[in-house]
Amino acid sequence: MALTPEVLKPSARPALRPAFDVAHVREDFPILGEKVHGKPLVYFDNAATAQKPRAVIEAECRFYERLCSNVHRGVHHLSEQATQAYEETRIKAQRFLNAAESREIIFVRGTTEAINLVACAYGRKNVKSGDEILITGMEHHSNIVPWQMLCEEKGASLRVAPISDSGELILEEFEKLIGERTRLVAVTHVSNVLGTINPVKRIIDLAHRRHVPVLLDGAQAAPHLKVDVRALDCDFYTISGHKLYGPTGIGLLYGKAKVLESMPPYQGGGDMISSVTFEKTEYNTLPYKFEAGTPNIAGTLGLSAAFDYLNQLGLEKTALYEHELLNYATDALSQIPGLRIIGTAKEKAAVISFVMEDLHPHDVGTILDREGIAVRTGHHCAQPLMDRFHVPATTRASLAFYNTFEEIDALVKGIHKVKEFLG
Amino acid sequence: MSDLHALYQEMILDHSKHPHNLRPMADATSTAQGYNRLCGDKVTLFLKLQDGRIADVSFQGSGCAISTASASILTETLKGKTPAEAGAIFEKFHDMVTGKGHPGGAQDLGKLAVFSGVSEFPVRVKCATLAWHTLRSALAGSHQPVSTE
Repeated sequence: MALTPEVLKPSARPALRPAFDVAHVREDFPILGEKVHGKPLVYFDNAATAQKPRAVIEAECRFYERLCSNVHRGVHHLSEQATQAYEETRIKAQRFLNAAESREIIFVRGTTEAINLVACAYGRKNVKSGDEILITGMEHHSNIVPWQMLCEEKGASLRVAPISDSGELILEEFEKLIGERTRLVAVTHVSNVLGTINPVKRIIDLAHRRHVPVLLDGAQAAPHLKVDVRALDCDFYTISGHKLYGPTGIGLLYGKAKVLESMPPYQGGGDMISSVTFEKTEYNTLPYKFEAGTPNIAGTLGLSAAFDYLNQLGLEKTALYEHELLNYATDALSQIPGLRIIGTAKEKAAVISFVMEDLHPHDVGTILDREGIAVRTGHHCAQPLMDRFHVPATTRASLAFYNTFEEIDALVKGIHKVKEFLG
Repeated sequence: MSDLHALYQEMILDHSKHPHNLRPMADATSTAQGYNRLCGDKVTLFLKLQDGRIADVSFQGSGCAISTASASILTETLKGKTPAEAGAIFEKFHDMVTGKGHPGGAQDLGKLAVFSGVSEFPVRVKCATLAWHTLRSALAGSHQPVSTE
């Protein structure tokens, strides 16, 4: 007998803590009231981009309606106000990551640009022919390709630490790969495909013992975990605002001040200089040295609202709730015959990738979409990881704190429908 | 669900589960590789041209139901055709799946008409045309893998 959602033991749902009222939280997200193909939207593509609370949408809108002007340039009222709001966001970001100083926060477009900045500015200065960059087998293309480009330019080589069948980094192998020529370790904090939470503290300790700096790709971690860059002692940390319930086109690079100071600029232009003559240009101090040109001011103010929103909800509470969702979804999906979860690490964030016997993720995604359920299908910008698990693609449900147990039931029901339809 | 039924017609599901001409070809006169960047699907197409006609055509690779069925039905359709005829069929097929074809145009496409439902699913057009783009590359004798981009 095929399992129907009714027999998926609704009694197993943990009683919701009164402290986290998901129905109330959902009201903050206008899009969650939308219908797709006539069905209520069930949004399980949060690892691609998270939905935005009204406060974020309004903050961005408010900038254009009330505050629109350039930052760091004008003496007029609007520019002063915009500059103040912009710089306040930097302080909020500093607190969010527990960085020592606000000048250690660089505004960028997102994690991709943050990593490219480090590869260009830090990498070009410190990596030479014969040197090595060490990454892991579970990296997103954005934490592979910038390093490949750097290695190609410099005649350096990219080393890749292997992962286990459960999707965990094999630490002993990782440690062996840190050698004399390793100039940087770049590792994802949380895998966008597997959900694996990497033992980053341990990774950093191992690298630092050999005086190798570490960049953590925090795109998937920051929405789910409390990040403390000082406790971790990472040298760089990267964040994408849009995965953190903020707008697209804004993100953060955290770097230790002394490391950032030692780096040449990334791009040249306005705002990153202190004086320019045709003979010589003096660069600005941190953080402006790395922020050439007019920044994404509206996006920054949207991100500011996202920080406020998340602080008010409490990442500890949302993380706990997401973990309950993850356990419930893992149990429910595991009961579907022919479904195999890819990524079964002990420490996981709320991301579930799966494959189904004889059914291609693309077909699964199309049919779920007709049920109003948004999942990601494909290689998730992690083709080497797909090769590692010998699958061309997976279907991925990535959860957020506004998702519900009922939505997971809808997903399970949808997958049964896929099997009926294509089976 | 009706548009889903139009997409996943019985014949498409049959071909996706039991693809025809899914085999390598030792004496192929031309082979080409196709790649769908969106989903990672890869296909290799083998072609044997003899006396100006496609004497044999086969494929290897795995993909979604639409791309597998499309490759399978392609191999059935093209045996015995000249490269020019194959090119003309592709043009018509492409127009149909992208919704540009004139009404009734699908009728001259024979079995290929089962893919008419694809036009309602723009993101799946690449799945339906992967094998065809690859065919064109094989006919042109190109050694570069083609992508559906």
